[in-house]
Amino acid sequence: MMLAPAPYFLKDVSVSQVMTQVCIALVPGIAAYAWLVGPAILVQLVIASLAALGAESLMLKLRGKPQALFLSDGSAIVTAWLIALTFPPLAPWWLVALGTVFAIVVAKHLYGGLGQNPFNPAMVAFAVCIVSFPALMSQWPSVGLQMPLNEQIKVILGLAPRVDALTGATPLDALKTALKLGEANIDVGQLLANQDIFGNFAGRGWEWVAGGYLLGGLWLWQRKIITWHIPVAFVGALSLISGALWLYSPAQYASPLFHMLSGGAMLGAFFIATDPVSGCTTPRGKLIFGAGAGLLAYLIRVFGGYPDGVAFAVLLMNLCAPLIDLLSQPRIFGMKEKS
Amino acid sequence: MMSLFKFKGGVKPPTHKNESTGLPIARAPLPSRLVVPLHQSIGGMPRPVVAAGDKVLKGQLIGEADGWISAAVHAPTSGTVLEVAMHAQPHPSGLDALSVVIEPDGRDEWIAREAVDYKSLKPEEVRERLQQAGVVGLGGAVFPTHGKLTASKTVAMEELVINGAECEPFITCDDLLMRERAEEVVRGIGIFRDLLQPQKVLIGIEDNKPEAAAAMRAAVDALNEPFLVVQVPTRYPAGGAKQLIRVLTGKEVPASKRSTDLGVQCFNVATAYTAWRAIAHGEPVVSRLVTVSGDVRTPRNYEVLIGTPMDELLKLAQPHPDTDGIIMGGPMMGFLVPDPQAPVVKATNCLIAHCERLFPPKAPEMPCIRCGACAEACPHELQPFELYWFARAKNFGKTQEYNIFDCIECGCCSFVCPSRIPLVQYFRFAKSEIWAREREKNAAEGAKARFEFKQLRDEREKAEKAEKLAKAAAAQAAKKAAEAAAVAAAEGDAPATAVAEPEAPPVVVDAEKAAKMATIQAAMERAKAQREATQPKNTEALTTEQQRAVDEIEARRTVLETTPRAEAAPLSEKAE
Repeated sequence: MMLAPAPYFLKDVSVSQVMTQVCIALVPGIAAYAWLVGPAILVQLVIASLAALGAESLMLKLRGKPQALFLSDGSAIVTAWLIALTFPPLAPWWLVALGTVFAIVVAKHLYGGLGQNPFNPAMVAFAVCIVSFPALMSQWPSVGLQMPLNEQIKVILGLAPRVDALTGATPLDALKTALKLGEANIDVGQLLANQDIFGNFAGRGWEWVAGGYLLGGLWLWQRKIITWHIPVAFVGALSLISGALWLYSPAQYASPLFHMLSGGAMLGAFFIATDPVSGCTTPRGKLIFGAGAGLLAYLIRVFGGYPDGVAFAVLLMNLCAPLIDLLSQPRIFGMKEKS
Repeated sequence: MMSLFKFKGGVKPPTHKNESTGLPIARAPLPSRLVVPLHQSIGGMPRPVVAAGDKVLKGQLIGEADGWISAAVHAPTSGTVLEVAMHAQPHPSGLDALSVVIEPDGRDEWIAREAVDYKSLKPEEVRERLQQAGVVGLGGAVFPTHGKLTASKTVAMEELVINGAECEPFITCDDLLMRERAEEVVRGIGIFRDLLQPQKVLIGIEDNKPEAAAAMRAAVDALNEPFLVVQVPTRYPAGGAKQLIRVLTGKEVPASKRSTDLGVQCFNVATAYTAWRAIAHGEPVVSRLVTVSGDVRTPRNYEVLIGTPMDELLKLAQPHPDTDGIIMGGPMMGFLVPDPQAPVVKATNCLIAHCERLFPPKAPEMPCIRCGACAEACPHELQPFELYWFARAKNFGKTQEYNIFDCIECGCCSFVCPSRIPLVQYFRFAKSEIWAREREKNAAEGAKARFEFKQLRDEREKAEKAEKLAKAAAAQAAKKAAEAAAVAAAEGDAPATAVAEPEAPPVVVDAEKAAKMATIQAAMERAKAQREATQPKNTEALTTEQQRAVDEIEARRTVLETTPRAEAAPLSEKAE
């Protein structure tokens, strides 16, 4: 007779269910991305997924862990998708694959595998690649990709020449560069009026991709996969600082709405900063973590040298997470101060 | 309608209660033999007062309470004592315990029962009668009831909470008891009320038991009692004493305190019922209601004699052929009984026939992804994933810093964990390791103290011997000197210094002894200081509050140490 301990029945949840729901929540954003920017992203998602599963399988084998159990947990796929979604859509295949393999092998398995990584693996991949291949990582389609899918695939696979005209910078980067070059007589309002690059709120097309992430993120919150703390704190801090500077000088600084719908802000707030393994876990800790990431993301994207700041902001906050958790332990039942 | 409070966390597992509430309570037939363990409550182990071959009557004392926190045990039916020996227990350890085995004679003949009006008794007499009748908390913790019926001298008793929540899935014995025997439950509550004199009495029942609540309300009205029957939201573990107290009174009882410190006391409805039967009918606790459910054809509640073998009881409900074990208690906090012949005891509220169809085997354990679901579910607002991390690393000091002793082992964290980590198991492990280490440390300290005392005594004896010898020598010398003096005197020439000389050695011995003692003392002081400085601390950053809590828990634990039920929540009834 088996003598397993109680409880004898468990809620029907599993790691793979959690990860699957994160993937499902990414679908609206991916759909908008494929529709408005270019279907190349789908190719990148496949490349990243294959690279992630391959690296995962290899590492599991080297570490003597059960293959089927861990390959099916979905965590490698989530990492892969986040990498594909944060890399330029026309990045060469090997760059995406390299980033993914680095994330799985170094950032995840060398630290002990699932649940053990102190840093968000996808953001480690982004940071490593933007430092190592700054040019390739900065070539973004300045407008929606007007080339057919097979041409896009050829560019990704390196079969067609990378035409500089096809790739420029992100709307965020474009704005920053224009402001830097344009000295005092250019203001944000004029720049944003350029409807080739900018849409109604932020980057043309990109604003709807961000909207898709927002939608998926709200669904994750509704499904209780994530709590509200990190996204609210992230978006709150980002809005506060961007709003303050925007009010101070609307000619030099873009509006909070622009910042929220640009770059990796929505993806970061709902999908990256909310990674429980590398983030904070206490309610107060989550608020500090989210606010810190939002603030740092703004500072880096506006005043720093990189096109976007989400990756570095999240990594820096990952670094602080254990300390924040330690200092933000909630009061337990029966130990609260008398009101 | 009074306003209710909320407790954080909790889960909503499928209740599986309807299966066993369709049929009324049935009396289980006399089994072929009864195995009555002597130790059925928290506290001292009752001493057997019968021997093999003795004839006993139903309700006759067979185990005498040992100390104040202990409750008597009685023969559940009339018959012959076959033996007093070690037998299988319903305990996860699988260890045997001293039990009285009785062969029923089939007559089920009672002892002379003395029915009294408790109002004519002094409070201490009522408490004593309850102890003699073996009345213990039937919610699962089996703490002797009389031990909880003395009002605190310093804190006014504000609320008496009566626990009829019954939040564990499958279990319906309290539900049926309230439906069918509400009046006697309410009368029992009356005894508790009169002993404790609370300002109000609140009877908490989960809102999935409307029939029980209605019956209790009717009984309260019929007896014209001012008790409030309150339906509380159905959410596990609302039946945990601390959770129910929180919901009904808004008070949070920390692990370091007793509920009476906050002016609350809590009893289970079945305890109130047995208290009434014991006082008003002179019937000691020889049976209890047991839900038999799970993988059986006719789940229902039985009135079962204590000592009935579980497999015999289970047969009454016709288990399906795929039954592969018996869970005692509910699926959240119960345990698989190691030996199906183990007897029903006072703590047995439910037997669930286990099968893989109802309780699918757990999927393989995965690493913790720190998703925090456990922290959201924890009714004590702990951080189970942190506790898990430290327990796994055997960093037990840290588990204490993260308040492991506030864990009530309700199983909510394990229930919601997507990685299916048996979190509660880790916490039990950590708790028992901490206790074991504490015991070891105390034992080592005791041994060291004994050794040092022995050394000191040896030194002292040696010194005393030397002193004695010296004195004898001195006396000898004095005698000789005196003789010499006498001789000299006789000769008429006495040397003045002859007497003083032999007195010197004792002085020298005394000084030597004092010096030696001082050295020993100094060495001991040094050793003590050194020991204190290098004492392995298993905690580093406990707040004074936590330290106090830990101290108090440990003090209480030493009181309860004699019991093997290490997992039972002290002084309060467990979630049932």
